[in-house]
Amino acid sequence: MSPIGTVHYLVVAAALLILGVIGVLTRRNVVIILMSIELILNAVNLNLVAFSRLWGLHGQVFAIFVITDAAAEAAVGLGILIAFFRNKETVNVDEIDLLKW
Amino acid sequence: MQPIVQPGMQPVATTFFFYFLSGLTLLSGVLVITRKSPVHSALALIFGLLTQAGLYLMLYAPFVAGVQIILYAGGIMVLFLFVIMLVNLERSQKEEQFNKQWLIGLLAAIALGALFIIVYVKGKSFFPVGIPQPIESNNTQQIGVMLYGQYMFAFEIASLLLLVAIIGAVVMAKKRI
Repeated sequence: MSPIGTVHYLVVAAALLILGVIGVLTRRNVVIILMSIELILNAVNLNLVAFSRLWGLHGQVFAIFVITDAAAEAAVGLGILIAFFRNKETVNVDEIDLLKW
Repeated sequence: MQPIVQPGMQPVATTFFFYFLSGLTLLSGVLVITRKSPVHSALALIFGLLTQAGLYLMLYAPFVAGVQIILYAGGIMVLFLFVIMLVNLERSQKEEQFNKQWLIGLLAAIALGALFIIVYVKGKSFFPVGIPQPIESNNTQQIGVMLYGQYMFAFEIASLLLLVAIIGAVVMAKKRI
């Protein structure tokens, strides 16, 4: 078998990103949509770290910033979810239509 | 700063571990988006994050792997599990799990995947060729120097972002301010 190179990691990251996109586009549950967004961010992180193997440590530093963003996004998203669940008693995205007229 | 290359520390069975860890990562990704119960999804996601930390270790990024385990698997996923338990999901588990536009969504995702395949196959010559960096044993120290040196401003902005996220989450989740 050929030795494992950067391209192998890129393919895994692309597959993970596709899985995340499918989750965001097809699921109804907001919690699972937020988890799919985490999947997408993880795919990006895998890309960054795989490239940092070739181009120095900048990719790893950027991956840490992406993790920080993921933490902030999860906190605010779940806060919105709790506030919404208190008003409408649902977690399905297609029932979230308060701004629709 | 000179990276210290340690001779005699060759990785063992790289191919096997790569396919093993990436297969488990993708399997847990599939489980995340197909399970009915959000708790099962969260547990699958935690497992996937841990296997991905293994992939980071294979890429000689021990600090990112540690941050992945501590922050993601230990912090963010606990937040997810807390919210799943705060929000009553009994009703939504009995309903349809996929929305009405699921076919269009699936097609769009497949189109995106086809785009990736085209780019990776046809666009190989566009990517500049990098040289594999020497393996440094002081990875954490170098990342710290970069965070507090070259990326100082971004680091401060990240701290401000986290402050805003804390305040925002409290404001959203609190009943009456």
